Amino acid sequence: MAKRESTLKNMVLSLTLIAMVASACLGFVYSVTAKPIEMAGLNKKLEAIRQVVPEFNNDPNAEMFRLPTGEGDSLDVYPAKRDGEIIAYAVNTYTNNGFSGYIGLMAGFKPDGTIINISVLSHKETPGLGTKMSDPQFSDQFKEKNPVSFSLKVKRDGGPVDAITAATISSRAFCDAVERAYNTLQKGGLK
Amino acid sequence: MNQIQNLTKGFLRENPLLVLVLGCCPALATTSSAFNGLGMGAATTFVLLGSNVVISLLAGIIPDKVRIPAFIVVIASFVTIIDLVMQAFSPELYETLGIFIPLIVVNCIVLGRAEAFASKNKVFSAFIDGLGMGLGFTMALVILGSIREILGSGALFGLKFIKGDGILVFILAPGAFIALGYLIALINRLRRT
Repeated sequence: MAKRESTLKNMVLSLTLIAMVASACLGFVYSVTAKPIEMAGLNKKLEAIRQVVPEFNNDPNAEMFRLPTGEGDSLDVYPAKRDGEIIAYAVNTYTNNGFSGYIGLMAGFKPDGTIINISVLSHKETPGLGTKMSDPQFSDQFKEKNPVSFSLKVKRDGGPVDAITAATISSRAFCDAVERAYNTLQKGGLK
Repeated sequence: MNQIQNLTKGFLRENPLLVLVLGCCPALATTSSAFNGLGMGAATTFVLLGSNVVISLLAGIIPDKVRIPAFIVVIASFVTIIDLVMQAFSPELYETLGIFIPLIVVNCIVLGRAEAFASKNKVFSAFIDGLGMGLGFTMALVILGSIREILGSGALFGLKFIKGDGILVFILAPGAFIALGYLIALINRLRRT
């Protein structure tokens, strides 16, 4: 087929046509995938909550509420209930002090403030170093500890937490995020 | 050129990463493990196939002076499609590849094939070319990812076979450059004989 001449009319016409067809296709794909994407996000959140609190039979996502951190921000708190009684809180907490900035965690607390478990939601830490904070070897040392007696500091800062080798900053940030969750819960009056 | 040659040229003779050295940015960034390399390669292959076919179909109606914007619109559409589909059906993979999926739009390989091959050839040749180039790119990424995963974390496709830490530098960016450099040297040696 011979090439179209590059007249203004031809150029405008062909580009408009291509853009219209392309956007129609994208609209269609979006309408098909919108629902699964939403479900995937929700599943991921529920999965993270399930990892950090004991078995529950309510819908923590529907009963989510926000608590102010006192730093001009608020954290999402998901109450886990069994037969109507609160057994734990999952707190979606964060820190901006990671080696590469933001780290998002899901931390589970018993109503008395004892840490149940912690899972990492998102981070940009160095692969092979800071990423080890999602390994059980690191996060297990927080299990069953109550921040009242267990200060959330790495050993280099005089605390009891064993930092990850060559990733003290990531470890420190991890502690910072957990502490933020704990303090927020305490300030919220949830004993 | 026959179609077999057209297909196989992407693997060795004109391998986009190892010989043409195109698409280095996503190749270096996403190959910290063999599986990530495979995912990135598959996504790029899909985009290459789609854009090559559509562009070779449209080549006749696109005026020369606006061909680049037209190609980019087509490529960007395919990238957005794979981006959405991956988000919906493979959230774990989407998370590890993250920003590099949208960046396929500016991957030199895709636009390079559109400009140099698809816009000048028949649909079938363009399809085969896209397939060969995509698979060649995937192969290079998997090899690079395997080398880095084996040396860096003592594992392959997530299966750990060496206890403890590997040579950490191979997981980090400098290791990617070192591994790619040796790989290109090896390919050059092979090509000469």
